[in-house]
Amino acid sequence: MTPSQQLDATFIALADPTRRAILARLMSGEASVNELVEPFSISQPAISKHLKILERAGLVSRSRDATRRPVKIEAAPMREAADWLQNYRKFWEQSYSRLDSLLEVLQTPINKPDTP
Amino acid sequence: MPEPLIITTPGDREIVVVRSFDAPRDLVFLCYSKPELLRRWYGLPDWTMTVCEIDFRVGGKWRFVSRAPDGFEMGASGVYTEIESPARIVHREIYDQDWTGGETLVTLTLTEKNGRTTATTTVLYATPEARAGAAASPMATGMEIGFKRLDELLASKPAA
Repeated sequence: MTPSQQLDATFIALADPTRRAILARLMSGEASVNELVEPFSISQPAISKHLKILERAGLVSRSRDATRRPVKIEAAPMREAADWLQNYRKFWEQSYSRLDSLLEVLQTPINKPDTP
Repeated sequence: MPEPLIITTPGDREIVVVRSFDAPRDLVFLCYSKPELLRRWYGLPDWTMTVCEIDFRVGGKWRFVSRAPDGFEMGASGVYTEIESPARIVHREIYDQDWTGGETLVTLTLTEKNGRTTATTTVLYATPEARAGAAASPMATGMEIGFKRLDELLASKPAA
């Protein structure tokens, strides 16, 4: 996958509330599929389907050994997604902080612009 | 302290940016629609807006060109598709180098409460892939350059 496809897969994976809840659960430690089924009160096939999407996005991985095959969270793609939004955020924060200053200047009576 | 900015990614093609301002919305609307005001705040830090043309009417075209400190130029243009003063502006947008994987549709809505204005910007990308592709744009990567006040930029002549 290209970095852009990776990011896309990450966002699609994160777009679903059940998958976000699974990730939140995994942040406190790895879990088997059965352990994940319990708190979410949805079927094991449904959980497995969500896990496949998360796995394809590289957000989680499943151990090959042990019959339990525990699922654990993978930090790197999550970080990339967060960084990307962080950069986007900076663009707007910096532009808007200049807009704050401009609006302040425009609201001092002497500088009021003509209305359109 | 600047106001907190809220960014969300609802659905698979949108980015939504919400921010409020300590000003009536007529004034915020002017800052979005008059080039002499828009160029004083919008854009990348350390970049100079060399072209800011706005034909502010439905069907009217706009064009911005920004120049990086190293001379690299980035242009974007589009058409206004809806204007409802002072509440709403919708425009289409495409970068010359097409960083965004096709045109985006940008909707700005302004609401006013107790003299404060909330601006909500929704950027709709052509595809989910295009939204992710915005990560490769200078808009995203050029951010680490130190913040510089726009008035300083305007005072300094851009390199030829």
